Amino acid sequence: MAGYFQNIADAFSTTFEALSVTFSHLFRKPYTVQYPDRIPFRIQDTLPYRYRGILEVDLEICTGCLACERACPIDCIVIDATKDRETKEMILTRFDIDMAKCMYCGLCSEPCPTGSIHHTREFEGADYSLESLVKRFVRVPVAAYKPKKSGEDDPAIIPILERGMRYIGEFAGPEETPRKDAGAA
Amino acid sequence: MQQFIDGLIGSATGMERELYYFAGMLAFGALVVFGFILPLAGITSWLERRVWARMQSRIGPNRVGPFGVLQWLADGLKNLLKEDVIPTAVDARLFRLAPYVVVVGFVAAWVAIPFGSSLIIADLNIGILYVTAVTSLVVVGILMAGWSSNNKWSMLGGIRSATQIVSYEIPAALAIFPAVLLSGTLSMQGLIEAQGWQPWSWHMFHSPFTFFAFLLFFTSLLAEGNRTPFDLPEAESELVAGFATEYSGMRSLLFFLAEWGNLYVIGAVVTTTYMGGWQVPHFTDNTVLLNAAQLATFFLKSYFWVFVAMWIRATLPRVRVDQLMSLCWKYMVPLGLVTVLGTAVTMVAAPEGMPTLRYLTFGAVMLVVLQFFRRVVFHLRRARGLGWTMAG
Repeated sequence: MAGYFQNIADAFSTTFEALSVTFSHLFRKPYTVQYPDRIPFRIQDTLPYRYRGILEVDLEICTGCLACERACPIDCIVIDATKDRETKEMILTRFDIDMAKCMYCGLCSEPCPTGSIHHTREFEGADYSLESLVKRFVRVPVAAYKPKKSGEDDPAIIPILERGMRYIGEFAGPEETPRKDAGAA
Repeated sequence: MQQFIDGLIGSATGMERELYYFAGMLAFGALVVFGFILPLAGITSWLERRVWARMQSRIGPNRVGPFGVLQWLADGLKNLLKEDVIPTAVDARLFRLAPYVVVVGFVAAWVAIPFGSSLIIADLNIGILYVTAVTSLVVVGILMAGWSSNNKWSMLGGIRSATQIVSYEIPAALAIFPAVLLSGTLSMQGLIEAQGWQPWSWHMFHSPFTFFAFLLFFTSLLAEGNRTPFDLPEAESELVAGFATEYSGMRSLLFFLAEWGNLYVIGAVVTTTYMGGWQVPHFTDNTVLLNAAQLATFFLKSYFWVFVAMWIRATLPRVRVDQLMSLCWKYMVPLGLVTVLGTAVTMVAAPEGMPTLRYLTFGAVMLVVLQFFRRVVFHLRRARGLGWTMAG
């Protein structure tokens, strides 16, 4: 019988306490961040540098080695590269990435020797048609980048290459041994 | 109403006259349902989502209209335009009928809700009994929906609803008795007229017994309205959506319309029986002004209880079926009997009323409320100390 009244008392006291906890939430600020238009900054800028967003290619430093095309497990990258007989240069005529197929695994950016193909922090990919999700990077055929033995000296390319090298350098390797050879390419 | 239609139709007699009355009643009913009940249920749904969101540290719907007030319109339109799917294996006739039975059950209760001293559709002399009886019609609709869906979960939901509502009728009825004893009438207006506008002259604070009767009444009404913590019929985690699983589009929305409309009916009935209804100080002889003030008071009070129901929904977890039954039969029914007897004894002991007991009860409840706000402040301070409030 004592247990019976204890139950009643417990029911009242616990409900009372629980109600006071939830009521106090009415006077707290909600945690929700209202994306996309009620925040003072772009959410993309807050993401880490190695965030795996939509892919991008810096054609200035692309060597045309096709490593990314071979690495892609679902074949969403298509590259056409031909060797120019006279100048012995690789000519890129096509570099398409189908972002509708891409699964953001990051396997293409890992073998890239210059960090040319890389993920951006952009993630808003909504579009009205599947075709417009195919990103075509080569508009007119261009010559592939050729690393110089003495190091890069073109001031237009240096910042792009540095960005690519940093991208490679920040690969998630084993904790204790960051890739030292990253700059050797 | 009758005179108004008489003026319109002039010399029609006999059968024709009855037909005109019928048409007039239909038109008036449609006006009330579409102009008043639908928006009210809709706004209650918006309010519930907002309150619920804030209690979970979210924001809730805030896009459609100022603060999202028109969210219910958008939802309603969307559901109206959706396909009305009737699965092959269901009992189509019952399946189609069920939502209407539910809606009729809850709309009929509005007939006897007193919004002011002269704002009531029909002041029945069995008002409160009528409301409890008619709201039970909802369970017929729910059982129909559950049975006709030809689905285990729907069936379980329907049966749970039936058991629950049948069981909780008893504590609900027992908890009405103290108020009825005090007023000496079952009429909704009579119940309110027996109370004053001052809080301590409400039936709620007549004695500790009536206060507990009030708590019992509110709890059992929550159970009858299928509200959390007694929302077993549509327990999402076990029964998908219970009796509403197979419904889509507008038919599904009708169930929710009834649920939110019922929420307001719960608030209104509690306000009428124990919280002084529309009582305001007699500050003016202007009937229109007085009725407006009464309407505002009634709305405020009943929406307070609607808010409490939402608040409980955001707080308490759902009970188990056996817990539901043991709570009803082992705790609420005996407690209900005690409150009825206790009220009767106090009435016999002091036929003129006991002002001291009134003030004592009122004071004790106010102390509990004070303690409640002290706890709220404590929790707020604690949250701030732990850095649980978001900056910026």
